[in-house]
Amino acid sequence: MTQFVVEDLERTLAPFRGDASAILRALHEVQSELGFVPDSALDVIAKTCNVSRAEVYGVFTFYSDFRATPPAACVVKVCVAEACQANGSREVVADLKAQGYDVHTRKAVDGIQVEQAFCLGNCALGPAAFVNGQPIGRATAESLLAAAREVSK
Amino acid sequence: MKVFVPCDSAALSVGADSVARAIEEIATVKGLDVTVVRNGSRGMLWLEPLVEVETSAGRVGYANVSANAVATLIDSGMLEGAQLPASIGIVDNHEWLTRQNRVTFARVGISDPQCITEYESLGGWAGLRKALTMTGEDVVADVTDSGLRGRGGAGFPAGIKWKTVVNATADQKYVCCNADEGDSGTFADRMLMEGDPFTLIEGMTIAGIAVGATRGFIYIRSEYPHAITAMNTAIAKAQEKGFLGDNVDGSGKEFHLDVRVGAGSYVCGEETAMLESLEGKRGTVRPKPPIPALVGLFGKPTIINNVMTLAAVPMIMAQGAAAYQALGHEKSRGTQVFQLAGNIKQGGIVEIDFGITLGDLIDGFGAGTHTGKPIKTVQIGGPLGAYVGTEAWPTPMAYESLAATGAMLGHGGIVVFDDSVNMAAQARFAMEFCAEESCGKCTPCRIGSTRGVEVIDRIVAGDEQSKNLELLEDLCEVMTDGSLCAMGGLTPLPVRSALKLFPADFNIVSGGK
Repeated sequence: MTQFVVEDLERTLAPFRGDASAILRALHEVQSELGFVPDSALDVIAKTCNVSRAEVYGVFTFYSDFRATPPAACVVKVCVAEACQANGSREVVADLKAQGYDVHTRKAVDGIQVEQAFCLGNCALGPAAFVNGQPIGRATAESLLAAAREVSK
Repeated sequence: MKVFVPCDSAALSVGADSVARAIEEIATVKGLDVTVVRNGSRGMLWLEPLVEVETSAGRVGYANVSANAVATLIDSGMLEGAQLPASIGIVDNHEWLTRQNRVTFARVGISDPQCITEYESLGGWAGLRKALTMTGEDVVADVTDSGLRGRGGAGFPAGIKWKTVVNATADQKYVCCNADEGDSGTFADRMLMEGDPFTLIEGMTIAGIAVGATRGFIYIRSEYPHAITAMNTAIAKAQEKGFLGDNVDGSGKEFHLDVRVGAGSYVCGEETAMLESLEGKRGTVRPKPPIPALVGLFGKPTIINNVMTLAAVPMIMAQGAAAYQALGHEKSRGTQVFQLAGNIKQGGIVEIDFGITLGDLIDGFGAGTHTGKPIKTVQIGGPLGAYVGTEAWPTPMAYESLAATGAMLGHGGIVVFDDSVNMAAQARFAMEFCAEESCGKCTPCRIGSTRGVEVIDRIVAGDEQSKNLELLEDLCEVMTDGSLCAMGGLTPLPVRSALKLFPADFNIVSGGK
């Protein structure tokens, strides 16, 4: 990370200065700014919140939302919890895998990355998904990839 | 003329935004005087996008409207309330709604959820204004008398919790709303936050003023971006209008409210893990005692309640504890917001008195499966809830009556599965989910869940089946009795119930091998 970005981040995180209870908020802030949390940002957060790097690292690795690497242009989150299983989400995940999009490896293909989620709160219209934050109900592999290609165009 | 198109994210997921745009565009082209109002959802989710048109006879509904169909619908007289194939008649007269008793959800779907003046004209702030004329002890007594129990799952009497906090002496107390609605099959908290956010703000403010807490937090899961935006917007408006801040509605009393966002961890819905997360830490569970009512957020006395619990409070204050207490079944007082989910034909929100039977909810309201196949099982109360078969249909839906059958109400979510489901796969998933989401603090949950997946795999493969069945039972017992919280402690519930009801799915050979 360049010096410029570090200073930028320090400015963004200024409201959290000296606040040890702000680690999680600071991580959210960095990720919303950069799309991911670069390793060197952990040091900036530690310094800002006046905690050790280990504490920041512990929080960073506990929560599945945080990424250490940049996301693809389009991130598709497919719900794989019970209510969506009842509506065929296992099949959606398998269909996506057959087309090269694996929720476990999360490998990006043509700028599209597919991940699993446990419940998106749309349990009566499942399989539920988000395509770059846009909710999609009654999802199929086709409808998700069509929406994703639209976004990543 | 007013046309209503829901802004609820379930409606958005099936195209409500593009429907709203199409109506506005066509109205502009035709020079029609149309105002599109983005209301919350009525909770009849299988009808979304449900467009409503205001007529002299009432609001006429049009179901499953797509953006492409808008032009034809308008040409056919939709804006005049014409009888068309898509119409469902006057929405308020729809049997699905008239059979319900909407108390907490009374305002959801009626109006623009972000219109604070409309909130007031629909009865909003009446509960807070009444509470401001009372002592904290009297407010707490009313909540106790109403019989309100925690809607997050445990069903603990809200009044007792509040009384503990009001009696505690501290320089700072907190009110924390648990909006980490992670159970699959539940979405009532989300729909209330998106569809009537001021009710939650009002309920939390009453709680804060009653127990002397000047600060509140709503902990919302990151999977709910629309709810986060809705709550932040509504809080800003409530501050601007003086319902939050240093001088709540001119009373001289103080209450400040902020949203905090989770980061994809299911266990943070457990109240002590949520407190850790609110303090910015890893979401690991704290041992109890001490209870959070005495040693909670930042070590201070803290009320922790679910969205549904806090959202019931304004009505209890406005209409009196007796009105709420009059509803319900045995020790479960008031209404429950049930959520019909999964493979169900008519899914959505059913708010009704406790005591309705499971069968009535699923067949009466739900109308069977979405796929049209027979129902094999339903899971009640989220991923940690039991699977039950149709023999459970006569069970009254209430805390004690469900517990007596070995199930639990949880947050009121009901997930329906048709006969294509394999219950060994569901049992395996319960363990897998526990392994994925365990906070790691206690051994039965952290390691037991992984061993559970392996043991179930061996049973299904027919590998030393009787020994492995015994091992699974032993493991379930250890997890139930030895886990620090419900994550590990209740994971055996879906596993054992699936095995008991559907042994054939586990390839169980009678007598073992």
